[in-house]
Amino acid sequence: MARKLPPKDVVIIGLGWTGSILGYELAKAGLDVVAIERGPWRDTASDFPPAYAQDELRYAVRLDLFLRPEQETLTFRNSMNQTALPIRRFAGFLPGNGVGGAGIHWNGQTWRFLPTDFNIRSHLEARYGKEALPADMTIQDWPLSYDELEPHYDRFERLCGTSGKAGNLKGLQQPGGNPFEGWRSSEYPNPPLKQGLGATLFAEAARKTGHMPFPQPASNASEAYTNPLGVKLGQCTYCGFCERFGCGNFSKASPQTCVLPALLRFPNFSAQTDSEVTRINLDSTGKRATGVTYVDTSGEEWEQPANIVLVCAFALFNVRLLLLSGIGTPYDAQSGQGVVGRNYAYQTTSSVGVILKDKILNPFIASGAHGMIIDDYNGDNFDHSGLGFVGGGYMGFGQTGARPIQTRPVPKGTPKWGAQWKKATADTYQKAFSLSTHGSSYSYKDCYLDLDPTYKDRLGRPLMRMTFDFHANELKMSAYLTDRLAEIAKAMDPAEITPGPRKGPYDSTIYQTTHNTGGTVMGADPATSVLNRYCQSWDVHNVFVPGGASVFPQNHGYNPTDTVGALAYWTADAIRDRYLRHPGPLV
Amino acid sequence: MRAILAAAASLAAFGPALFSPALADSQNSERIARGRYLATLADCGACHTRPGGQPFAGGLALQTPFGTLVAPNITPDRETGIGAMSDAEFMAALHDGRGQGGKRLYPAMPYPAYTKMSDDDALSIRAYLATVTPVDNRVVANQLPFPLNIRLSMLAWNALNFTPGRYQPNPAKSAEWNRGAYIVEGAAHCGTCHTPKTLLGGDKADQALSGAVLQGWFAPDITGDSRKGIGGWSKDDLAQYLKTGANDRTLASGPMAEAVTHSTSRMTDDDIAAIVTYLKDGERGGSTVKPAPVAASDNAMRAGAAIYKDACAACHRDAGTGEAHLFPRLAGSAIVQSDDPTTLLRVVLQGTRAVSTAAMPTAPAMPAFAWRLNDAQVAAVLTYVRNSWGNAAAAVSPTAVANQRPALAGAP
Repeated sequence: MARKLPPKDVVIIGLGWTGSILGYELAKAGLDVVAIERGPWRDTASDFPPAYAQDELRYAVRLDLFLRPEQETLTFRNSMNQTALPIRRFAGFLPGNGVGGAGIHWNGQTWRFLPTDFNIRSHLEARYGKEALPADMTIQDWPLSYDELEPHYDRFERLCGTSGKAGNLKGLQQPGGNPFEGWRSSEYPNPPLKQGLGATLFAEAARKTGHMPFPQPASNASEAYTNPLGVKLGQCTYCGFCERFGCGNFSKASPQTCVLPALLRFPNFSAQTDSEVTRINLDSTGKRATGVTYVDTSGEEWEQPANIVLVCAFALFNVRLLLLSGIGTPYDAQSGQGVVGRNYAYQTTSSVGVILKDKILNPFIASGAHGMIIDDYNGDNFDHSGLGFVGGGYMGFGQTGARPIQTRPVPKGTPKWGAQWKKATADTYQKAFSLSTHGSSYSYKDCYLDLDPTYKDRLGRPLMRMTFDFHANELKMSAYLTDRLAEIAKAMDPAEITPGPRKGPYDSTIYQTTHNTGGTVMGADPATSVLNRYCQSWDVHNVFVPGGASVFPQNHGYNPTDTVGALAYWTADAIRDRYLRHPGPLV
Repeated sequence: MRAILAAAASLAAFGPALFSPALADSQNSERIARGRYLATLADCGACHTRPGGQPFAGGLALQTPFGTLVAPNITPDRETGIGAMSDAEFMAALHDGRGQGGKRLYPAMPYPAYTKMSDDDALSIRAYLATVTPVDNRVVANQLPFPLNIRLSMLAWNALNFTPGRYQPNPAKSAEWNRGAYIVEGAAHCGTCHTPKTLLGGDKADQALSGAVLQGWFAPDITGDSRKGIGGWSKDDLAQYLKTGANDRTLASGPMAEAVTHSTSRMTDDDIAAIVTYLKDGERGGSTVKPAPVAASDNAMRAGAAIYKDACAACHRDAGTGEAHLFPRLAGSAIVQSDDPTTLLRVVLQGTRAVSTAAMPTAPAMPAFAWRLNDAQVAAVLTYVRNSWGNAAAAVSPTAVANQRPALAGAP
């Protein structure tokens, strides 16, 4: 029997990016807010001081900051006719754990989606005809436009102190920026990071082959910065330990470095860590949430009543929590009916390994979002007529470091071990890098999330089951993008290149990316979405999923975090300015 | 002459008891509000409120060089607080170090400073304290060993170390200066931490505010000394530090973080300006002779340079310039060049967190290095930062590091 706690105005499930942003905005509006976080408290100076934060074995290999599968995992299968098995070691994607969530271990890549990404189905059908899209592709327009989201993108980038160069300021093209991006209301808050030799050589080759390179937008502060909450970030030291690491130099944007110092000053905000929300509770009508139940590490069950429930966990776990709580109709892939778990999507990545002749690149001088990029082959920035696929992605030099354990490039034909391998790694390290493509992953009828019929977690709840594979459209897209990237690589006069387009089937044991999207999709039609345009549940009006990537109807050719942060602000505004005045469905 | 007259006129605000009958009324709301502000200036809660405890209901055990004292319950509870104390007894406590029934207080209660507060201000604090929630909490204040636990021993101490008397304005100085002196020497009792103490714990009056060790920290020199004090700070630097806990040079941590949180950050801008005027008028300090820096070729300096590059430079930068409001500047830093390296040792071994204020919420922190650097390495890197970029101060010995090691926590 759960013990009942005094009620709160707002309960937040998960204290990562969206949880901390919503917590700040609503605590500032005077509401009594509690955040419940299943992992531990994490603090920059105590948990990732520069004295040992750059420990590749601990963090990158042994995955210290990530969720342990015994705490929560999911089952996986490639297709509906297979039996899914539990993931017993996270590898293909790596969910974060603890306060800060994925906002701690991300690289800082801070991309806006393209304006046409927001009306992707109508745009593609208008340009290429309805028949251009595969019959089982379930992409749909977003329920809001780029123009509506732009001020919120701007706010999140200002929060993070993002470094970059605008390519489009209020419709005016800017030299040196991304010529394809949507309009920006203002320049990036920080100038671009300084580029290394590898990125500079890539940019030269890209220009030579007719492309338009620009510095990758980075929430790794190129200069010291004070954000609008008064919180200070330090200048990035290019230590090359971003991905999978916490930043001990206060340089990489995270809830810790951008929000929590200001949030924790509110006496009407509190956080309960090491406590897992097991379900969202509904009243007898099933139309209103009464709060959440959580369990602490002593096994004690607590009920936290609240007027508003904000589902701010990692994308995958947002979906599972709604399924376990009976909020929204679960998706049935056979009939195509139902919505919760529908339109799960991912990211289609690929790479081109490059070894140059006689260069000293010092590839260890790096940051998480540090490189030169082209966007010529993203979204619908290029004509897809006759190509046999839709979608695209950005590509370029974006190496996040060259850490000694996991960065061991060698020429083709080198033995896997022994004296020759050692010699080859020593000869190659300074000359090699990996170019990459970061492609879209459109949604399909048979790619979805539901509750597993067999496997349960430590609390006796069904695990979530992921059914996913790359479709021909994505594989063709990846082959096309990888070919274009290889052409640019050839213009760098390499000693050797190794194109690696994405091949199916999807393999959950090889790391690709943690950009899991969809499952609690936002949309204009309750028949094809879980949430309305304000990230509010169609079924239970006081439950919001404020912007986690689970709300994406499909995934586009960019990293998700900027859009996640923008949607968090978008939802916070809707709750504060509209919902509090008239609690009820906003649409 | 005109200035002196103006100063004298405004001194009435904190001068001897000139208060009107209305203000003498302990239920006068203006008086209570004034008392609340004065309790902030005097930082009563720092000692009399346990962290997380009810306001003024008694503090944490205070470790003094002479033994343990606990700040008593000063809520108006009649049994365990000061509800049964008369106004005269309250004034005697603040001004003369005499508690209820005339018992002698220990100077952990800063009556040697509070004695300078006006009667009116003392009674305003009294009026405010009478309105806070009474809490039933019995505190055993005196936990000193024999013979110090005999309160009469303070009679002799007072004879040697205590000069009772209200603040006497200096007519040659401005009203603002006098207000600053009144706060620094009286209510805010800055010297309690910042003035060196005799063996008996009394102030060395001739070395006022030139820095002292307490609770494992060195409260730095806040005289005008250009190298070890705040002589190099602008008035704005000092005002910003007191108001926000940070300025372009450094950030408050340790006991000063508490003083900023509970007291200085809540002071009015006028009072901050007055403190700055007083501390920056150059009467104290001046330039002590700068010692010759330890030579860069010294073995400890060479080892220290390598350790600094490896462990410190990412934040504090190669040239020791740090980052404003985030990583303290080491070049030209007073605390880095202090004669006594206690704070440096503590910060490197244990780490510390800067204060968070509304204006500067970040509260960045220095990580602990005790687990990673041995005594010789800590000594070397501190010797290096004390003698680089124009800094000059005595070398730190490995023995000094070893003496600071006990009771360390925080190794991963």
